[in-house]
Amino acid sequence: MKVARTVSSFFLLSLVLLLAACSSTPSLSTATQQVPAPEASPPASQPAPAPAPSAENKEIVLATTTSTQDSGLLDALLPEFQKQSGITVKVIAVGTGQAIKLGEEGNSDVLLVHSRKAEEEFVTKGFGINAYDVMYNQFYIVGPADDPAGIKDVQSAKDAMSRIAEKQASFVSRGDDSGTDKKEKSIWSEAQIKPEGSWYISSGQGMGETLQMADEKRAYTLTDEATFLSRKLNLEVLVQGDKSLLNPYGIIQVKSSTKPEEGMQLIQFFTGEIGQKLIGEFGKETYGKGLFVPDAKKR
Amino acid sequence: MNRVEVRNLQVSYGNKTVLAVEHASFERGRFYGIVGPSGAGKSTLLRVINLLEKPASGSLQLFGDETDLTSLSYSKGLPLQRKMGFVAQKPSMFHASVYENVSLGLRYRKREKAEIQMLVQEALDLVELSHLADQRANTLSGGEAQRIALARALVIKPKLLLLDEPTASLDPYNISIFERVIQTFHRQTNTTVLMITHNLPQARRLAQTCLFVNKGRIVEWADTDAFFNRPACIELQDFVSGRMIC
Amino acid sequence: MMTQDVWEVIWLSLQVTTVSVLIGMLLGIPTGTFLGLYTFRGKRLVVALIYTCMGLPPVLVGVVVYMLLSRYGPLGALGLLFTPEAMIIAQIVLVTPILAGLTMSAVQAKERAYWETAKSLGASPVQMMLTIVKEARGGIWSGVAAAYGRAISEVGAVMLVGGNIEHHTRVMTTAIILETRTGNFTAGLQLGLVLLAISFLFNSFLMAGVLNQMRNGRR
Repeated sequence: MKVARTVSSFFLLSLVLLLAACSSTPSLSTATQQVPAPEASPPASQPAPAPAPSAENKEIVLATTTSTQDSGLLDALLPEFQKQSGITVKVIAVGTGQAIKLGEEGNSDVLLVHSRKAEEEFVTKGFGINAYDVMYNQFYIVGPADDPAGIKDVQSAKDAMSRIAEKQASFVSRGDDSGTDKKEKSIWSEAQIKPEGSWYISSGQGMGETLQMADEKRAYTLTDEATFLSRKLNLEVLVQGDKSLLNPYGIIQVKSSTKPEEGMQLIQFFTGEIGQKLIGEFGKETYGKGLFVPDAKKR
Repeated sequence: MNRVEVRNLQVSYGNKTVLAVEHASFERGRFYGIVGPSGAGKSTLLRVINLLEKPASGSLQLFGDETDLTSLSYSKGLPLQRKMGFVAQKPSMFHASVYENVSLGLRYRKREKAEIQMLVQEALDLVELSHLADQRANTLSGGEAQRIALARALVIKPKLLLLDEPTASLDPYNISIFERVIQTFHRQTNTTVLMITHNLPQARRLAQTCLFVNKGRIVEWADTDAFFNRPACIELQDFVSGRMIC
Repeated sequence: MMTQDVWEVIWLSLQVTTVSVLIGMLLGIPTGTFLGLYTFRGKRLVVALIYTCMGLPPVLVGVVVYMLLSRYGPLGALGLLFTPEAMIIAQIVLVTPILAGLTMSAVQAKERAYWETAKSLGASPVQMMLTIVKEARGGIWSGVAAAYGRAISEVGAVMLVGGNIEHHTRVMTTAIILETRTGNFTAGLQLGLVLLAISFLFNSFLMAGVLNQMRNGRR
């Protein structure tokens, strides 16, 4: 027994040490990184649009929400930015909560997120500067075609959600503290409802998975337009157009960034003429309508 | 019916024939000693009879109907298997008590608990190791373990007892006990015994009939006395006198 | 996370894993023993298959089970997707090959002499399996420990088929992912520690058992 105890305590000790070592760098390891694909570099035949020579090989980290990456928006914008500036943008696409955390810890240079309240907090706490509105997109309340709670003719999101709660129709929430999740929670509180019970399913996953689950469970959910349009599911848009279903995106520079110039270049690109035009056109080909509405302005 | 018979037995590894026995017949209650140089096929003969190895051809009759060995499945062989007891040169003890090891064959045969207790006690008494019943079998000395292996084989009262050089690695003290036990058992139960040994005096002491196996064949077969005193073939003369290079 | 929620998540993890490993043992140990003891035509293929499946990517298992259980899949009528039962099914698929493979090795590692001794003593096929399993128990227990460790720390499959639903299918690993994604690294790390502690405890119990065996063996 004595040997076993010694061995056990040795293991426990090394375990604790190991964990201590791991915990110091937890953030990047869990995030997905994306380095722009080869087509991001300018074609050799074209004359380079004269980026500052020092800016070659420059890299900045953009922490953003999964929606911008999953929808393909960044793939449409970033190659153009790199062509103009020569700056490579490494994208870390995570939930808004984690994206902001990445900014607070100085692990990213620029944030592109959509949770106005959290963004403002980020700036007032002194973590961020140069915050701009970039664009907005829409949220939908979607659900099964037979619409068991009967929300199709309801105009406001608040009333639709109240009716779902009243009928105890299944509703899948992302429950992951993301921008979309925060939007959903704000509508519930607007309707003065505390969603609880077996009808209210908190998936703790991303938008795509949550939509999938809603489809499987014939439930309602709140989704952003881009993710919804990119999936082919047996769910229908039941409520849209209400003002509370608009979803503004902000772009913010991280104050502790070591590359403020490059970060600012990226912000200027997103809020500038070319970036705004690209944002407005994005998705028209595939979905017949733009997924994001450009509305850049300094806050 | 009253005998053990082997017919048309052939065992090959690749295309090399290691054992070929046209016919061998062992009487009930007789003690046979099997001698011969290493690699002659003695062990193979015993292992085939004990259903541990499948021959290319051959049949076996064990105090009953003749059974073709080539197509014999495990389950079909079980009734035959349960008539036999086997002790190998090295005892393999299961990681359990001596009692559990000795009672295993009886438990396989689903005997009553009280009967098992009685028979195991008897067998342990026979090998003079009843004081070790609760000891873990894998902690026994070599000699003790081999005697327990013998008790484990005898407790099921086999009709045919197969011994493959069981005393080869024992000290003289344990050899003498071992020999005494099988002699007693043989005398009391009318069991047929086939015992391989390299110890010629041992074969002389125990066996009633001796077989000389060489190069995969049974070359000579005679009553022990004649076997040793008047060996017929030259090979056996060389072997008995120690001139054969084994 | 609330303390109560944490306990709920831990409890569900333990339940799902334990049930999966128990069922996996019922399937895997006899299979492994059989494969370790007997030869038959096509055995090589079966063994190769089991060894491959020991390293099955959990996510792949998750996708396949998801597609089977989906409302639009062949077993959709059972309504099992996003339930603990679905997680158990996926875990069974993951742990059974491990249990079968490691049992097979453990059985094969036992000298052929044990098999021959049991056969000579008149063991029926079933009695033979039981005897050899008992004899190879040390190796089989480490297989169980490995399977348990894999199941309880697995995340890809349970996330897919369980759905990480709060109060319903949220287990430790999926909770860790969620906490991390929402920026609560501390909570994620704490849960990770609990997970490690459980794995450690479980393995210690098993190792204590094995050591005990070995000590008894040497006495």
